[in-house]
Amino acid sequence: MPRFLISRLGSALIVVLGVACLVFLLIHLVPGDPVEVMLGESARPADREALRHALGLDQPVLVQLLDFLKRLAHLDLGESLHSRRPIVGMLAERVPATLELAAAALLVAVVLAIPLGTIAAARRSTGWDAAAMTFAVLGVSIPNFVMGPVLILVFSFWLGWFPVSGREGFASIVLPALTLGTALSAILARMVRSSLLEVLGEDYIRTARAKGLSELEVVIRHAMKNATLPVITILGLQLGTLLGGAVITEIVFSWPGVGQLTIESIQRRDYPVLQACVLVISLAYVVVNTLTDLVYAWLDPRIRIDDSS
Amino acid sequence: MRVWLPSALLFAWLTGAVLAPVLPLAPNDVQLPNVLAGPSPGAWFGHDELGRPLLDRVVAGARTSLLVAVSVICISIFVGTLVGMISGWLGGFWDHVIVRVIDVFLAFPGILLAIALAGILGPGIENVVFALAAVGWVGFARLARAQTLSVKHREHVTAAIAMGSGTGRILVWHVLPLIAAPLIVEATFGIAGIIVAEAGLSFLGLGVQPPDASWGSVIREGTRYMLVAPHLVLIPSTALMLVVLSVNVLGDAFRDFLDVRSGENP
Repeated sequence: MPRFLISRLGSALIVVLGVACLVFLLIHLVPGDPVEVMLGESARPADREALRHALGLDQPVLVQLLDFLKRLAHLDLGESLHSRRPIVGMLAERVPATLELAAAALLVAVVLAIPLGTIAAARRSTGWDAAAMTFAVLGVSIPNFVMGPVLILVFSFWLGWFPVSGREGFASIVLPALTLGTALSAILARMVRSSLLEVLGEDYIRTARAKGLSELEVVIRHAMKNATLPVITILGLQLGTLLGGAVITEIVFSWPGVGQLTIESIQRRDYPVLQACVLVISLAYVVVNTLTDLVYAWLDPRIRIDDSS
Repeated sequence: MRVWLPSALLFAWLTGAVLAPVLPLAPNDVQLPNVLAGPSPGAWFGHDELGRPLLDRVVAGARTSLLVAVSVICISIFVGTLVGMISGWLGGFWDHVIVRVIDVFLAFPGILLAIALAGILGPGIENVVFALAAVGWVGFARLARAQTLSVKHREHVTAAIAMGSGTGRILVWHVLPLIAAPLIVEATFGIAGIIVAEAGLSFLGLGVQPPDASWGSVIREGTRYMLVAPHLVLIPSTALMLVVLSVNVLGDAFRDFLDVRSGENP
């Protein structure tokens, strides 16, 4: 186990370093002179030079990169060009909202997916199965920016059940969470179904059935446990899609999270803030993926043994 | 039924998109008397907030999405397959480096990197294509590498090496044909993802610029008038969903037909 742990953490560290380098390079992709783009053409030359110096853009690229990484290691992300506030503080305000949204969406996804996938597997090749899988195909094919406005139209404008946008009280999170969670639940439901089907073919399931257990008991008490492993992996992998999708969902519902900050920073050409947002979301994704791998190895000893041999 | 309906829908999408320039369309024709008018016999899809006919704008949007999807998938599959095959074939140090680069790209949620790139490069269809291809090649590279690894020790490849064929010739004639099927299946699903991503970028205002139409930007403009004219959101959304759904359903059928990735149960 220690060996697996070390190698997994080592490669995560390399990926983090690579992500930081790529995020650093983003500002160099700005067409033309980034300083001019950020300040506008009418800026005074003295201001431009001041900003260029403040961002370190007058240094050689390698020096800039090392400086960027060094500041990152001290959790110093610089300050916003727009509000002149430290970016770390801005992120600290926004991260809880995104975490809350992601957690609620995850809850929606799991609550929808597990019963759907289970029913589809237990009643394979029946109308139940077909209905559940139709939902799954529909779910992955409806983008957030379609789902969101349609939910707003029906549940906010027509029925008046939930607020249109913002983050005030419990009711305001329902629609964003549904928007973000549905696509994930569709993917999860398919995964639950297929991994349950795989497990249901095992010998010990036949034994359980032979003992006279009901189908429901067989699925829940015997098959579920072994079927969870692939589902956990997919959950970890899909969290990236969830976090990416959060950007669009936050815009649709004016949810004051990191995603909204990302788009605001693009509109204001506040590139240091944009870099910080991309970095934070990606790092969250890397951390979750690494944790998923470790949990997986902890749950399934076969993986650690394979890895060390 | 499972294949015919989606095929027909995709055919309609393709025809509309390809023929858009020669059809008598006026997607940018401002008709102020018809502002926000609902669907009617004269204008099936109604009119938008500037009185522009929505049907024409949806067809123009179909062209945008097709153009972006085809360009991105071509660039991604070419770059990804090339990098992946070279990496798998060479092995050793360079393989290690390329795998690390792929890992780094995969560490970004795809749409987030595309949003950041499109935001930094500025709006415009070329930048959308670049941003999406920069994200899209990775999947193909990983797949092509894994497939190349599984093929490169086969006897016919060894025979080709023994006969003195060059590396390029072996990769193109003896490896590529064997790894093409999974790449094509991946590309089918990739197209659905790219259509959604393009519309998403345009929805965020990072895609094609007004007055040009994209399904994403039409939906974005429509959300402002949703209470008075819900058709502005519902119609382009339905068009987008039907195309994506059709591509996904056909992709599933295609995968079953080729029977690659048999890990998933039917």
